[in-house]
Formats: sequence, structure tokens, C-alpha cells
Amino acid sequence: MIKKTSLSLAIGLLCLSNVSAESVFVTLENDNALAVVDPIAGKLIKTIPIGQRPRGIAISPDYKLLYIATSDDNTIKIIDAVTFKELGQLPSGKDPETFALNPAGNRIYVSNEDNSMVTVIDVAKKKAIKQIKVGVEPEGITVSPDNRWLVSASETTNMLHWIDTKTNTIIENTLVDPRPRAVSFTADSQQLWVSSEMAGSVMVLDANNQQLIKTIKFEISGITADKIQPVGVVIDKERHRAYVALGPANRVAVINAQTLEVEKILLVGQRVWNLAFSPDQKRLYTTNGSSNDMSIIDLDSQTVTKSIGVGTYPWGVVVKP
Amino acid sequence: MNWLHYWRAMSGIIGRELWRFITQRERFISALVRPLIWLFVFAAGFRAALGLAITPPYETYILYEVYITPGLIGMIQLFNGMQSSLSMVYDREMGSMRILMVCPLPRWFLLLSKLLAGTFVSILQVYVFLGIAWFYDIHAPWQGYLWVMPTLMLSGLMLGALGLLLSSFIKQLENFAGVMNFVIFPMFFMSTALYPLWKMKESSALLAKLAEYNPFSQVVELIRFALYGQFNQQAFFYTLGAFIVFMAAAIVGYNPSKGMMSKKGGG
Repeated sequence: MIKKTSLSLAIGLLCLSNVSAESVFVTLENDNALAVVDPIAGKLIKTIPIGQRPRGIAISPDYKLLYIATSDDNTIKIIDAVTFKELGQLPSGKDPETFALNPAGNRIYVSNEDNSMVTVIDVAKKKAIKQIKVGVEPEGITVSPDNRWLVSASETTNMLHWIDTKTNTIIENTLVDPRPRAVSFTADSQQLWVSSEMAGSVMVLDANNQQLIKTIKFEISGITADKIQPVGVVIDKERHRAYVALGPANRVAVINAQTLEVEKILLVGQRVWNLAFSPDQKRLYTTNGSSNDMSIIDLDSQTVTKSIGVGTYPWGVVVKP
Repeated sequence: MNWLHYWRAMSGIIGRELWRFITQRERFISALVRPLIWLFVFAAGFRAALGLAITPPYETYILYEVYITPGLIGMIQLFNGMQSSLSMVYDREMGSMRILMVCPLPRWFLLLSKLLAGTFVSILQVYVFLGIAWFYDIHAPWQGYLWVMPTLMLSGLMLGALGLLLSSFIKQLENFAGVMNFVIFPMFFMSTALYPLWKMKESSALLAKLAEYNPFSQVVELIRFALYGQFNQQAFFYTLGAFIVFMAAAIVGYNPSKGMMSKKGGG
């Protein structure tokens, strides 16, 4: 009996340890490194040298590979998500910052700010297969979950370019608020959310007709409007809530994704930049560029539970279950 | 003299103090208004001015309102401690002190009862304050609201003992303004109630040192940690030590043959 109980206890503990096996990877722009964080224990596990000025980061659909844009190396590195060994490099073009991986994980689309191009890379062949001319200074880039659209946002042209992923040609252009930064689709691919840094707004667009549904503005008591610079946007799978990083306002806005109203503003570290959900969508992780840490938000209670020092200039964040 | 006598005396003193507090509605309201003004007006104004940094027991960034809440709890207890001592001076002037002191129980016991009475009043005030602060989005973990209770007992006793000691020096009510200027204000402003120690170090190392050894800082830190379910050992022993010292001095101070009262000819 005791044996049985202890066995089931051991199995239970094993299951528990599996639950907490989640890892958060944060690129450290100034440390030329990747921080590995255990968010359940709330601890920085290790920091691994990764290349010059790492910024954009993505994880393959099977969670085995990390793609990291090392801007000053002018490449996107392929890193083993377990051993952290470099497995190869992708021809990203000069100074890669942001890029998007398609749902199948076989194409990477890179924003090339300097020459106003989007480079399409065949991941398996490690080859650039096309360059698409877009507006000036492309920054935010994303692929819709149904793989229909690739959307690139041009910071200076204030425009979204809707690109057909089959033909890699621009189908539609949409003018948006000044300095669009991040673009993010809802899980059903029906809406596109775009943050505008200078306007301090987030626009929600209908992906079917590219028409504006609503512009969301932010107000925080005690914070001047010029400090409210929305950057990262994520929307949960059920489209209940969306979260927007407000940059130097040091806050994350919680938005009801049905009514498109701001529900709550949460205080995190300084110059909050990018956001990522935990796999079960119970937590949200933020990278805080100026305070050199990341914050963990508990989404059930909608509270910031912990901030963990990770290294200088944390930029991108992905989560491995 | 059996325990029943002790119990009767203590419950009498505590009952009188609580009754006095509850029936004096103005006192109840004014005791709450002071910290609330600090919270709603002062803290709101400083919200963005104070730099951000994470210091224990906090695990993430907090608003200034959240930071000064334990300090304001300390303020409630500090003022309450002084108010009790003020009432001691009043009792002495009115003669009711003499009735208390002729009670055939040890003097230390009577003074301790008086202290406990004042502490209970302050705890009542603190919980009402925390209740209002809760609606102002200042939330601590629920365990914190329980943990803070024993902490408030100790901090209330310590600050009350300090008041008691001071009251043994004061002969007349009018002199209380001096206590305000020379004790309450320096103690409150030269502490971690309003600004964290690291912030003070940026401007003056001496000020930071003074604040570190200020018993009121230790009280505030003890409350701050307890409110987040944590125990600050250093602050606990410091506060306990301060209580013992102040209490012993107050007992001596109230001794008619040796203390301050004989020198002043009061009592």
C-alpha cells in the first residue's frame, strides 16, 4: 500500500516537474547572448553567447530549433534549442532585426530596414528565394496562422503590405497610424492588430477586407502621452484578451479582444518591448529593454508576479514548453 | 492579588481606551484622514517622480502608492503612540492618572495595559486604512493581512512605549508641540517610510545611515515584509530591542521616587 502510494506520488511529482519544464529564451542585444529563464522558479538559468547584437527570435513549430537574428553578424542563426549549438546560418541580408516564421516552419520572412525589402528564405535549403520591395524601413512582420497572408509594416511609409504567401507578391497596401511597429494576427486569422509607436495607438483591421475595425488609444494617469509608445502585441487563442507592450510607459495594456476596450494597465519594467505567452496561456512574459529584466504576468489574476534580471537590453522572447 | 485582578484592570484600561476611541468620531476620522491624504494626494503626485527599482520584499515593479502604504501604517501607529502619550499627559492634568496609579497592581503592568490599549486602537485604524487602500488598488497577498497583525502588535507597543517615555518628560499639554517637531517629524521623514534606502544613499550617505538606524524605519520594514507574508528578522529584533529599552525607561520615568515625575513634582 505504502509502495503504491509512494509510486503514485512519484508519478505525480514527475508530472508536476514536466509542467514546470517550460523555458523562456530572451535575446540580449547588448550582451550578445541568449538568456535561458525558468519562469516557474522565477530564475535565470544561464546566459549563452550567441552572436553579435541578437534581436529577433523565433522557435520552430516542433520546438527543436531557435532562429535568432544576430544583427551585427548580418545573419539569422539556427540554434539547437536543447544544446544551444549553432547548426547553421540563413542568408537574411544586412542588419536583420525582425522576421517571421510561417506556421509550417519552412519559410522565414525577414524585414531588411536598410534597403526596404522583405527577404523570403527557404529554411530547409538555407537559401533566399525572393526579395519583395516594400515601403521605407520595414519593421513589423507576421504570417497569418492560416498561412494566407504575410504582412509587413513600413515604419516610415506608415503602411501595411499584404503579401500573398503563394506568389510572394503584394496584393494590398493599407495606410496606418504613424510608425507602425508590431503586427499580429488573431488565431483565427480574421483580424490583424498593428501597434503604432508615434500615434500611441493599436489599430484592429479586418483581415478579409483590410478595413479598420477600431483604433484603440491608451491613457495612463501620471504618464504623458509621448511616453506611450505601443510595440509588441499578442492576442490569446480564444480572442478573449490582447496585450500590448507600451514601451517607455513601462506598462502592458490588457485589452478585451471582443469589445476592444482597454481593461487594465499593468506596471512592468522600463521600456517594455516584446511579449510572449506561456504554452498554456496562463502567463505572459515581457522583455524590458531599459531595466534589463523580464516581467512575468499571471493572466488569471491579471497581476505582475515577478521581474527577473536577465542581462543588458533584453529584446526578443520565445517560450519552449 | 490574583490573575482576576490583573485581568479586570487590564480589560478596564483597554475597554476605556477603545470606548473613548469609538465614541470620539472626530478622532477616528482624523486618524484616517492623515494617512489617506498622504496616499491619495502626496503619493499620486510622486507617482512618476520616484525612480524604479525592485527591493525586497517586492518581486516586481510597484507604484509609489504601494511603496508608501507600509510607511503610512507606521505613521498611523506613530501618531497613535504619541496620541496615547498625549492622553497620559491629559490624564495627569485632570487627575485620573492618580486614580490609575494608586491601583494596587505593579506600575509596569498598568503602563503595559495602557500601551496595549493604545495598540489595539491603532490596529483598528490600520485595518480600516488597509480596507480603503484595497479599493484604491493596493492589494497585498491575503496571508499578508494576517501576518501583519502580530507585527502591528509589536510595532504598536514599541511606538507606544516611546510615546509613554516622552510623556513622562512632559508636564503640560502645551509642550506636546515640541514632541511633534522634535520626534514625530524627524522620525517619519528620516525613515524608509517615504523613500527607499537606496534612494536616500544617492543624495546623502549620512542621511541613509541615520534612516537605517532609525527605529521607525525598522518598524516600517517589519510591516512591509509582513504585509507580503515575509519575516524580516533584523527588523523584528531591532523593534523588540527598542521596545524593551523604551518600556524600561518609561517605567523608570513613571516611578514617583526616581523618575522624571519626582523631578517635575507632577503625578
